[in-house]
Amino acid sequence: MKKERLDLDDYRKLLKQYLLTHDETALYQAEQLSKLSVQHNVSPEEIIHVHIEALKELYPELQQEVSDSLNFLLEAMISYGLALQEYQSLREKQSALESEISVAANMQKTLLQTKKPTISGLDIGAISVPANQMNGDYYHFIEGSDGTLGIALADVIGKGVPAALAMSMIKYSMDSFPEQLRQPAQILESLNRVVERNVDTSMFITMFYGLYNTNNHTFSFSSAGHEPGFFYFNKTESFSEIKARGLVLGATSDARYNEEAVTIHDGDAIILLTDGVTECHLGDRFIERDEVLEVIEHYLHLPAQEAVEKVYKHFERLQDFHLRDDFTLIILKKET
Amino acid sequence: MELKPCVNIRQEWDIVGARQLGREKAKELGFGTVDQARIATAISELARNIYLYAGTGKVYFETIDHLDKKGLKIVAVDEGPGIRDLSQVMQDGYSTSGGLGAGLPGVKRLMDTFEINSEWGEGTEITAVKWVR
Repeated sequence: MKKERLDLDDYRKLLKQYLLTHDETALYQAEQLSKLSVQHNVSPEEIIHVHIEALKELYPELQQEVSDSLNFLLEAMISYGLALQEYQSLREKQSALESEISVAANMQKTLLQTKKPTISGLDIGAISVPANQMNGDYYHFIEGSDGTLGIALADVIGKGVPAALAMSMIKYSMDSFPEQLRQPAQILESLNRVVERNVDTSMFITMFYGLYNTNNHTFSFSSAGHEPGFFYFNKTESFSEIKARGLVLGATSDARYNEEAVTIHDGDAIILLTDGVTECHLGDRFIERDEVLEVIEHYLHLPAQEAVEKVYKHFERLQDFHLRDDFTLIILKKET
Repeated sequence: MELKPCVNIRQEWDIVGARQLGREKAKELGFGTVDQARIATAISELARNIYLYAGTGKVYFETIDHLDKKGLKIVAVDEGPGIRDLSQVMQDGYSTSGGLGAGLPGVKRLMDTFEINSEWGEGTEITAVKWVR
């Protein structure tokens, strides 16, 4: 860091001007000088030193006690000068760290990207927004050659970099599974073993896996402790919670998962989400699941992608544009 | 070998003695008031580390008087427990004494050169030089 020396002549002139006129202009210039000094890493003790020198030039008869006391002040300022330097070096470190994280976040985006499939008769919308730079939520679509669509949705408890690292592991494991492995319960059981072997026990991952069969429009699903989603039934115009029970991934090595199935009719919808949606905060209170449902219901008539974006925008605004947790919402509608 | 001026550090009071001797040497060499204050602070920090973590040790002073440049060398030596992780103590924001004081990074900033050698279980030797500008 280059140190710019404080110009004694300028300082003396300024000081003299002030002492003669008590002019606000001189004080304003002193403020500018103060800012510049911080920018150029000039420490407070150097300013005091210049002050003493200027004072001595202006008042050659300066009382010894005054000059001594200013030297005393100079000693007392040394630690502030050090703190300033430390602050500047920490700031540089922080910005280096931030740019590193943003590179990692971009990498994660590329790694975890999934193509939203286009399937005739189905309208799919998906949105996933991280609270910080890196996302601890993850969703993935897997189109099978036999007319099935796999939908994976996972949430690492916690957020930030550790959560994001764990997510990359889930994604790679799923990529390595053979194509025949597509039943929700089997997939969760396999992932559970991977997580149990590779992730610290203090980290929990919840996951929902659903398999939509476009041949007979059945939706089978399993859950590993994941936030329950909702079905919307067009016939009764009602919502019902997607009930599935199962342990979070990685809790035990031999977890078993139940698999349920429902038939999806025209106009029905499947709504999957993470707790970043249901645990939106309003001031210091959580939003009730019913309120979340009201918002979703309000936008459900829209095309699915527009609906998830509108719901996200609603909660983003509600929380003053400051997400507390990663937010992921998927809506799948069977067209009429 | 020429006997170097040295202050034994056994109690907190000795820190003041080390500062004083260092400041006298600095004055003799022609350091300005700001640099005198910085040198004294660096000495304080080194002597206090000896007092706090090693119990006892020594601070030596050596005036360097070359044709082209003059400076003050401070050597702080102790036979205390040593420092296990040097890169950790040289990091900003790390201080076992609760964040107060400049710590070793502070000493490095106050002086022009800084060298540290420490063996776990054998002690620590820190050498720092400030040049007269």
